[in-house]
Amino acid sequence: MAINAPTTSDAARLAAARREPSRAAQVWRAFARRKVAMAALGVLLLIVLACLLAPWIAPYGPTDGAVTDRLKEVGSPGHPLGTDEQGRDILSRILYGGRLSLLSGVLPVVLAGLIGGGLGVAAGYFGGWTNTIIMRALDIVFSFPAILLAIGISAALGPGIGNIIISATVVFIPPIARIAESATKEVRKEEFIEAAKTSGAGAGLIVRSHVLRNIFGKLFVFATSQIGVCLMVASGLSFLGLGVSPPTPEWGFMLNNLKQLIFVNPIVTIVPGLFIFLTSLSLNLVSDALSDALEIKR
Amino acid sequence: MNAILEVKALGKTFPVRNLFGRTKGGVSAVDNVSFSLGAQGTLGIVGESGCGKSTLARLLMRLIEPDAGEVNYRNRNILELSGRPLKEVRRQIQMVFQNPYSSLDPHMSVLDNVAFSLWANGVSKGEARKAAYEYLDAVGLSRTHADRMPGSLSGGQRQRVAIARALILKPEIVIADEAVSALDKSVQAQVLNLFQDLKKEFALSLLFISHDLHVVEYMSDEVMVMYLGRVVEKGPTERIFSRPAHPYTQALLASAPSLDVEQAGGAPALAGELPSPLHPPSGCRFRTRCPLATERCAQTVPALTDVGPGHQAACLLLEESRTA
Repeated sequence: MAINAPTTSDAARLAAARREPSRAAQVWRAFARRKVAMAALGVLLLIVLACLLAPWIAPYGPTDGAVTDRLKEVGSPGHPLGTDEQGRDILSRILYGGRLSLLSGVLPVVLAGLIGGGLGVAAGYFGGWTNTIIMRALDIVFSFPAILLAIGISAALGPGIGNIIISATVVFIPPIARIAESATKEVRKEEFIEAAKTSGAGAGLIVRSHVLRNIFGKLFVFATSQIGVCLMVASGLSFLGLGVSPPTPEWGFMLNNLKQLIFVNPIVTIVPGLFIFLTSLSLNLVSDALSDALEIKR
Repeated sequence: MNAILEVKALGKTFPVRNLFGRTKGGVSAVDNVSFSLGAQGTLGIVGESGCGKSTLARLLMRLIEPDAGEVNYRNRNILELSGRPLKEVRRQIQMVFQNPYSSLDPHMSVLDNVAFSLWANGVSKGEARKAAYEYLDAVGLSRTHADRMPGSLSGGQRQRVAIARALILKPEIVIADEAVSALDKSVQAQVLNLFQDLKKEFALSLLFISHDLHVVEYMSDEVMVMYLGRVVEKGPTERIFSRPAHPYTQALLASAPSLDVEQAGGAPALAGELPSPLHPPSGCRFRTRCPLATERCAQTVPALTDVGPGHQAACLLLEESRTA
């Protein structure tokens, strides 16, 4: 066959010139093109960093309050976001509270991603009875309304941040498992899976190197979109008094506390809600842009 | 020429289930197929889409478990093997798939797609990649292609990658299942020539499955014609193409597009659709479209009868003329 064979030095130069940017770089470039998503990412990073650095940047301690400073408006000198009914600085409590809130938003999704992802991949890859047993069992869990189930589990386990994380994890396992299962089923039909089987690869290796690689994008995007939802579920549980106990700051719990002041100081009341909203909106925008950026040419 | 692969009475019926999961019938995809592949020979398998060619390939690879028959590789029935010995034998029979857009993992670099076969057999990553470079070179792809993702390659280049992946395990038999059907004509020719070159270089035996008569004629020493899961005719390529015995083969050859205006016309072209394999016609499965069919064809299943040296066809008319 006539292939014009370049000399070695030519080949080396070509290789250097045509070297493809890495996959991560390509994804980042596609992501960065979306201005709104970039802004959302900026907001998200700002919130996360600020919460992490709370002990150093918060103007007051989360539980320090002076009765003389009660019920300050938003924009009061020294209290940019006002104070609550005990005179505690809202900004400081938001920053400290964000650590728990973000943790209870992210951790259940990560745990559910691992457990649900594993179950879904097993169900999708092996099919047959394995699929039936796993998926029907998850359907039972799925048939309860998410928030009701979370409340039920939390109520049974008792209040506490650990129990919130457990109940939220249980709630998020079925939807993540479903996504993983359907994505796995789709990949399993591809000829490269058959090719891998003919080369003698076992199920473990095929799942690790082919299936996970191909469903990761879908699973990751879905999971990130669920963090916002999870944040709200966890905040909701705290709001209902199933989460942290006073005086620990947490966004949902703060919202619950401040609701008594809605006629006294309406703007201050919605501040924690605003942070929950901002975080979950940014997360959704970021995951939406990520899903586009992660799309690969076949 | 001694046979490297001997298939005896291979059969597969896919159960068809109703709403409640109860079996209500079966699709007879491959029925009583026997053939042998000579060492370093090429056997072409032709037939319309839906005639069981691809199922046959997957049965040989045990991607689908057959219901009946034997597949003897070097006198060992691979259908009886499992575990390690099966893995060993599988290495010797590799496959190039039909769709180059589905047969490569889009999330793996070209190099890793090829190297994967070796990883699966316990070779270290580094060594496997080194070997993969060599095989990519052997199929005419340069190093610049190796680091790319399959998404940036053309169909022909992808099929070369798929061939490299099949060859890297040093198989004795390569099954090419419609390996050039998805490619442009000009690229087809290149890939076919590549197959020919590699076959010599690596001493391969080829099982070449295609619906394209010209491709099969060009590639094969022997040809097997399938219709609705059964073998209707098999024999040396020149004989099949110059003196086809079965009415189906004759019709197929007549319907193949040809540049030769003189030869056009003659035998009747195929009319009608392929019958559903869910309810295949009784007796000879071709009778519903056969211009020569008689009542007897509905009752008796024709067996393969000799019609020449190494040339067999399954048609009652031929049986009659033999016995008469």
